[in-house]
Amino acid sequence: MAINRSAEAMTIFAVICAGLFPVFHMGRVWLIFFNLPYPNTRGPVWPNFNSPLMWDVFAISTYFTVSLLFWYTGLIPDLASVRDRAKKKFTKFCYQIASFGWIGSAKHWQRHEALSLVLAGISTPLVLSVHTIVSFDFATSVVPGWHTTIFPPYFVAGAIFSGFAMVLSLMLIARKVLNLQQYITLEHIESMNKIIVVTGSIVGCAYLTELFTAWYSGSIYEGYAFANRALGPYWWSYWGMMTCNVISPQLFWVRPLRRNVWFTFFMSVVINIGMWFERFVIIVTSIHRDYLPSAWSYYSPTYVEISIFLGTIGLFLTAFLLFSKVAPVIAMAETKHILKISGDAQKAAAAAHHSHEPAAASFQVHQS
Amino acid sequence: MSRKFLVGIYNDDEKAVSAVRELKKNHMDVYDVISPFAVHGMDDALGLAESRLHITGFIYGATGTAIAYSLMTWVFTSDWPLNFGGKPHYSFPAFIPIMFEFTVLCASIGMTVTFLLRSGLFPGRIRETLDDRFTDDKFGVVFHLHKNLSQQEIDKIKQMLQSTGAEEIKEKELAKHY
Repeated sequence: MAINRSAEAMTIFAVICAGLFPVFHMGRVWLIFFNLPYPNTRGPVWPNFNSPLMWDVFAISTYFTVSLLFWYTGLIPDLASVRDRAKKKFTKFCYQIASFGWIGSAKHWQRHEALSLVLAGISTPLVLSVHTIVSFDFATSVVPGWHTTIFPPYFVAGAIFSGFAMVLSLMLIARKVLNLQQYITLEHIESMNKIIVVTGSIVGCAYLTELFTAWYSGSIYEGYAFANRALGPYWWSYWGMMTCNVISPQLFWVRPLRRNVWFTFFMSVVINIGMWFERFVIIVTSIHRDYLPSAWSYYSPTYVEISIFLGTIGLFLTAFLLFSKVAPVIAMAETKHILKISGDAQKAAAAAHHSHEPAAASFQVHQS
Repeated sequence: MSRKFLVGIYNDDEKAVSAVRELKKNHMDVYDVISPFAVHGMDDALGLAESRLHITGFIYGATGTAIAYSLMTWVFTSDWPLNFGGKPHYSFPAFIPIMFEFTVLCASIGMTVTFLLRSGLFPGRIRETLDDRFTDDKFGVVFHLHKNLSQQEIDKIKQMLQSTGAEEIKEKELAKHY
């Protein structure tokens, strides 16, 4: 509950940024609607529903839409709460529009709960599906280094890994700036670091499995692609990825480090860099030397590519800052469940019973 | 038409739930309960029927599956049967990802729109609140003071609210039904 609202917001902003890249890649941005299967006057010519690229169109747009709906319906009661606290007339007016006339009636809450439960339930498999389908874009190709069946679980673990790191990077700053230490506790941070160790190790396992399979398959192309990754001209990106994603998160096995805010922040940035290296390794090293040696070259980004990349970071941060300026970054209504008066009484009783209870309780809170 | 409401304000959700139980036991017609979060056990205490929203979700989802499946089948087998690398025109396994995505998309959009419509929520909807503290930390048990209630009955409600632990009791007239 401490981080869910802002993590959902980051999901939405990140999907917007991520979606820009395939759009630019298609070349003619203004014809982007050709992707949609609508009856048209060109035949009608339909998109190829058998193509993973087409699946991706559906996966990303569905992921974006469902995340947006889940985020906003959860936000409505909190926006209503801000509306009723607003002092300036204009502010109140804006929140009146944004909160859809929410008053907190019992029947509305009942429906809200039912909706949240189902949306949460269906967005969980959606997370798996969206990363699986993105990995299909690579896995169903014939490019050495991409054509591997391990990609779907590898991408899902990588997404959780980098997602948690991103949330930590931003929320540790937000926690300090907005004084949220009481809501985002050290227990939350420690739990997140545990997830980072687990998913980081899964990702590390996937890297090693890839290497093993490249050798064990006996495919010379696959073997070359991986030898080239580790020892070729892009060796620095491969070892950067290995250091940042596999080796450094293992430091989180040490409890004092898991509970150190500054170290966690530093590591979250390292992991983000590592995950960027991972994408670079997968894409660049596999295609800079493909089946046609005459096409081999050394890729370095142009100023346009660098600007687009920096632009998306700017877009993401602007969106997140706007969000944290105008909307509650903590899911208030959900948090009130556990911070109510009777909750205090229960906590006191539990503390008297078991001295370690508060820590366990806050872990459950984070899980839900 | 303006309506008059009598509101008992409680400072704790458990007190509010037990108050509603007590009031219901005495056959009092609780109009609504307003709370800052979804109170556990309140639906039961109020005797609210279970929401059928998840049933609509299933119907929207199933519709989505059917639409995605039939559109892809129709396009690839009859409307424009293209040859993609010699693969069969009707290739069901390749339809599964889009069927799944479209099912989820239809279920979530449909349920959200149904939720908003049934609860009368839309951008710019302005409802008068009974008390601004109900989106903060107070819980309101609401009675509708319609014309047929005698002063004696109203006094009895007030007394019951007081005895079940209401911090404050107030009457408020809203210009419209909320």
